[in-house]
Amino acid sequence: MAETKSHIGTQNKKGQTYTDPWKMMNEAPRKPSFYTGSEVIKEAIRRASCDVMIAYPITPQSEAAALIGELFAEGYIGDYFRGESEFAVMSQCAGAAFGGARVFTTTAGPGTMRAMENFPMWAGARLPIQMIVTCRGINSPLSIQPDTLEIAYLLNTGMLVWHAETAQDFFDWILKGYMVSEEPDVHLPLALCCDGFFVTHTKDVVNLTPTEMCLPPYDPYRSPVPCMDMECPPVRMMRDPFVMKSNYISYATHASWQQEVWAAVERSRKHTIHWLDGLIDTENADAEVMIVASGTAVSQGREAIRLLEDEGVRCGLVKVKSLRPWPGEEIREATKNAKHIFVPEFNVTGWLAKEIKATIPNSERVHAGPHVCGGMTMPPEIIVSEIKTALGLRSESLAGRGS
Amino acid sequence: MSKERIKISPDLYDIMPSDYQDLVQSATYGKEDRGWKDIGTSKELIEQHSLCAGCPESMAFRYILASLPNPEDTVMVGSTGCTSLVFPMVAVHNIHSLFGNQNAIASGLKRALSVRFPDRVKDVVVLAGDGATVDIGLDMTLQAWFRQEKFTTICFDNELYANTGGQESGLMQKGFVAKMAPVGKLFDKVRLPEIARESGCHYVVNCTVSKPSLVEKVIRNSVLIAREIGPTYIQLYTPCILEIGKNSMEGLQEMRDSEKPTERFAYKEYVSEPAKQLLAELAAKDKERKAAAKQLAGKA
Repeated sequence: MAETKSHIGTQNKKGQTYTDPWKMMNEAPRKPSFYTGSEVIKEAIRRASCDVMIAYPITPQSEAAALIGELFAEGYIGDYFRGESEFAVMSQCAGAAFGGARVFTTTAGPGTMRAMENFPMWAGARLPIQMIVTCRGINSPLSIQPDTLEIAYLLNTGMLVWHAETAQDFFDWILKGYMVSEEPDVHLPLALCCDGFFVTHTKDVVNLTPTEMCLPPYDPYRSPVPCMDMECPPVRMMRDPFVMKSNYISYATHASWQQEVWAAVERSRKHTIHWLDGLIDTENADAEVMIVASGTAVSQGREAIRLLEDEGVRCGLVKVKSLRPWPGEEIREATKNAKHIFVPEFNVTGWLAKEIKATIPNSERVHAGPHVCGGMTMPPEIIVSEIKTALGLRSESLAGRGS
Repeated sequence: MSKERIKISPDLYDIMPSDYQDLVQSATYGKEDRGWKDIGTSKELIEQHSLCAGCPESMAFRYILASLPNPEDTVMVGSTGCTSLVFPMVAVHNIHSLFGNQNAIASGLKRALSVRFPDRVKDVVVLAGDGATVDIGLDMTLQAWFRQEKFTTICFDNELYANTGGQESGLMQKGFVAKMAPVGKLFDKVRLPEIARESGCHYVVNCTVSKPSLVEKVIRNSVLIAREIGPTYIQLYTPCILEIGKNSMEGLQEMRDSEKPTERFAYKEYVSEPAKQLLAELAAKDKERKAAAKQLAGKA
């Protein structure tokens, strides 16, 4: 087997220095830069020591996927190509990860749905692929607008699922994501989600780590399952293939492996807390009124809190950063004083509110809303209105809502 | 990888499974002239199989594994179907992920291995059934060829979905009555070998597995051409004796009957010009090597 050795302090072919990831992310000087979310994805991947990136066009991730092609042309990535569909791309990513590569891809909305069969396979095969999901509508009639419904479908795949609020989250979490998902006791794929357009197509000031620093390369021999490169002994995996065997041993094997995948999700908790400084962020956690949100709904919630403060209503905030592993205990603790919990979401079904209701005691405290979907924006005023209505306070009517 | 890599520590030797001990002692990893004649005299790379008794697919598997030119650095990619009952017992790394995505998996795998081992040969070989290759996976089969991915695609053509109980497939003959073709299949057998040629494959062969020496030649050529030039495609008739109403001992005759000059599995071969050149170079080198060996033996 190829030897596992530290690359820290050595240089890659682009002259970047493989740097201790913790030092790179937490101690290295940061440079403020004014970039779109798509450009930020490119800048993170420039520093991620990726071996293979596979692309496919779908709005709103096409720009990021194409920009990473530029990185390949510049020599920052080992290989890059356009696949033929999202289903194929996710399988190509799997092939590359089976072969021991650090793999990156991006998708959105209908692409996520088309590729769905791959995701439990990725998790089951323990492939630490990172996939950016720039969420958009998946409904018919056709929509390309922001909508986070697809995240609901990712939650039970066995993947790690994080939901970025800002481009800064994106930059940091892409790099930190590899550190969590490549841990030997985790070794699972990560779906790093954001709200399409709101994050990908708007410019923001993002503090970047130095370009001359990059993550150490992925070491496939730290994987808990063999890398498929014929560099370790090929052994007969089993006497009888478990597929289609109707016997207890077969059932027990499949059951225990599924349990192991979810145990690995649980084991990622400590690493995620370490790298993301907790699975949630809180503000005013002692307030009786709380907003719990993920993605850009957090930003809108923060704005709503400011508006409510002006009117004398004190409101707290929970920013949910990681959806898998699920921060159940943290949310229970952060909302223990709350009499009312509001969950604003950019989707029609309110999957986050359902998760929270299933987590906390006295779930009647949860107000599942407001919801916007199909590309609608969520002005903070509608969050304010929802909260004031629930509290029995007089709320000014919002234009066009007919209330 | 080499036999050196799979060597067992002397302290652990006696507790290793006997099939692993056999693999270390008498497998043909690294043997330049390995081929079907090694079957029975050295450790085969297929331990057992749970296919039906007499299944021609089991013969095909043995011949292919005996013929791979570089098994110690070959990774195989399978798909769902009867082949997935065999792969867990094959002594080369192999991947099963989903149904029909085998050429997509192989594309990513081959590229990853090329990035990670730029100075070494790592062959990738896809082996899947006709449903996986031609129906559900056709898009990815063709796209890998369009992109000129450097790996071999082998299709075990049994002209139906065997593992799910004998349903119609694209490679089934027209008129054949099967499950999901209750009045007989209404369209012709898909002409994938011709499509493969037009899609950019450099070596295409359509044949049965009745002759092990022929399978050996075809597999060896297809892997060596894929390694150096571009995609290759081999379509092998491995009849499902169960679903066509034959007995266990009748598989070989079924293949012989189907490879007659006017039949659908008469030997057909396409070799691109660059591939012809490569084969000629390899043949010349082989001749040289054998002559040198003969000379050396004479001196001794």
